[in-house]
Amino acid sequence: MKGYIGIDVGSVSINIIFIDDGGVVVEAIYLRTQGQPITMVQKGLKELHGRLPKGSKIRGVGTTGSGRNLAGIIVGADAIKNEITAHAIATSQVVPGVQTILEIGGQDSKIIILRNGVVTDFAMNTVCAAGTGSFLDQQAARLNISIDQFGKIALGSKSAVRIAGRCAVFAESDMIHKQQMGCGLPDILAGLCEALVRNYLNNVGKGKEILPPVVFQGGVAANVGMIKAFERALELPIKVPPYYNVMGAVGAALLARESAAKRGYSLFKGFGISDMRYKTGSFECTGCSNLCEVVQVTEDGGVIARWGDRCGKWSNAVREEKIS
Amino acid sequence: MRVTFPHMGNLFIPVKGMLQYLGLDVVVPPPSSKKTLTIGAKYGPEFACLPFKLNLGNFVEAHEQGADTIVMAGGCGPCRFGYYAQIEHAILKDLGYDMRLIVLEPPEKHLSELLAKIRELAGNKSWWHIFQAVRFGYRKAKAVDEVEMAALWARPREITPGDTEKAYTKALKMLDKATSTRELMQAEKSADQLLSAVAVDNKKTVVKIGLVGEIYTLLDPFSNQYMERSLGRLGAEVDRSIYLSEWVNEHIFRGLARGMRTRKKACLAARPYLRHFVGGHGQESVGNAVNFAQAGYDGIIQVFPFTCMPEIVAESILPKMRADYGTPVMTIIVDEHTGEAGTLTRLEAFVDLLARKKEAKEA
Repeated sequence: MKGYIGIDVGSVSINIIFIDDGGVVVEAIYLRTQGQPITMVQKGLKELHGRLPKGSKIRGVGTTGSGRNLAGIIVGADAIKNEITAHAIATSQVVPGVQTILEIGGQDSKIIILRNGVVTDFAMNTVCAAGTGSFLDQQAARLNISIDQFGKIALGSKSAVRIAGRCAVFAESDMIHKQQMGCGLPDILAGLCEALVRNYLNNVGKGKEILPPVVFQGGVAANVGMIKAFERALELPIKVPPYYNVMGAVGAALLARESAAKRGYSLFKGFGISDMRYKTGSFECTGCSNLCEVVQVTEDGGVIARWGDRCGKWSNAVREEKIS
Repeated sequence: MRVTFPHMGNLFIPVKGMLQYLGLDVVVPPPSSKKTLTIGAKYGPEFACLPFKLNLGNFVEAHEQGADTIVMAGGCGPCRFGYYAQIEHAILKDLGYDMRLIVLEPPEKHLSELLAKIRELAGNKSWWHIFQAVRFGYRKAKAVDEVEMAALWARPREITPGDTEKAYTKALKMLDKATSTRELMQAEKSADQLLSAVAVDNKKTVVKIGLVGEIYTLLDPFSNQYMERSLGRLGAEVDRSIYLSEWVNEHIFRGLARGMRTRKKACLAARPYLRHFVGGHGQESVGNAVNFAQAGYDGIIQVFPFTCMPEIVAESILPKMRADYGTPVMTIIVDEHTGEAGTLTRLEAFVDLLARKKEAKEA
């Protein structure tokens, strides 16, 4: 089998997917980042290698997510792209003609507006994480229900209670009050979904023209209560793509297909990297009062990348070594 | 008297030139750094904006190097900047730093006061000498702008990454060193040669981005996380709505130098959307965004410090302008964060958006 690998290294999870030449997802692997992106990427690739039929050929690799640069250096990526572009590319492929993408992950949320297949506007949450998955996770844990059950229970609500949504702290205290007053669990959960949607639309979606088709993706799209709340607030049908939680990785793979085709070959270092020894470390540069934290990645003892320096003294040094 | 003043990008080059021309002992604060920010955030009020904290940090660091007098611009609302000099001075006093404060208020409101302050600063120098010093400073400001513009053009087109940055840093050093008009003319020539010598790909298609917003965060690379440099590396040519010499021409010479962008032109362009002065550069931000859109720029980025009221007004108006012209606008709000990854992700996504849009349009 021939195809492309997409890797999305987020703060909470790492998604690794394999698509065939036609862009169809063949394998999808989900791992917790657990603060060790390199080890987890290596582990994930090893697992992927085991799952793919013998003799499969990797024609390109793409990385995205906040750890995209680190992962890109390790695997030898053909495309290293930000999450916005990756998500937009993937969703356009799955839902042709999509005009609005709502994306809510563990720690961040974004909205992407497309017209005629091109991104024309986007926004990401900046100052507040109230409208994201980790808040839902936390509240589910507080109410002692599993996050998988959250949405289903919320659907059972007849009249959702109103919960303050501007701030996670307000939401939590408001929720506790309603609970102590004796409101039912389904009504509280449904109210929470509505509060989250309100928060999202007011902060991330502020001033954006939301037109159909609207696609909802990211980990939180698993929550049917949230889907319902979005449908009610927007008065539009909401589509959730089949691989809603790995769309970033799908986009990275599609971007890798594009750039590997342009280059004519792939930069992928091979599955052997699962057994290489990588080390990352940081040191504080004392060249000036900025005291930049320089991060250094070594592969079997040799420095392969450095970043974090504002002046470029360290990162350029690696670049020059590579050229010579 | 050992004079210091706050940093704002390359402002220190012309200001230092001017003050030294007047024969003053000048202490340039160390370049704004994480340390500056830490000092400013520690002693400044929590709700003040980023420029306030950096200014305050600059003064403390300059005091450590022996400065005893602060020269700072004033202003008269609605932007809070107008009282920053006094508040910063009061904080320094509480900290036990006994520093003299000379505030230069805008000439259109307080001309006699301004002249008195200049007299205080210049001692017994003749008005002719003072005029020459201001002219020298202005010439330096123009030379710095030329270098900045050349770098903005070369960065996205350079063949070897980092070449422009090297030439740019060196050129600025040359301009900074010049102490007479003659030396300055020589330095201008060498600086120009240096930047012209950067190997570039002339035929490369680059996206063009106009930067608008609050003046400090626009002109000061430390405060905006080196946005211009990052955009250049991502392959975008950047133009800015404010350059130092334009600001000087506008506010000190009251628009006497011809052929430059002025506040008047920007406000005229803003008319369909905002007809009132809202403080700071809010009105100009809207007007300059319109000008950039009309000039066919691919995108516009607005930058301002967290809690900046005039720019918040502009931010809420920009979507309307955007709907009329179809030019994408992105707003970046800066504060004390020094992690660049978040800003970089947004800039990269924005440049991608513009590049793909441009490709689709040309295809």
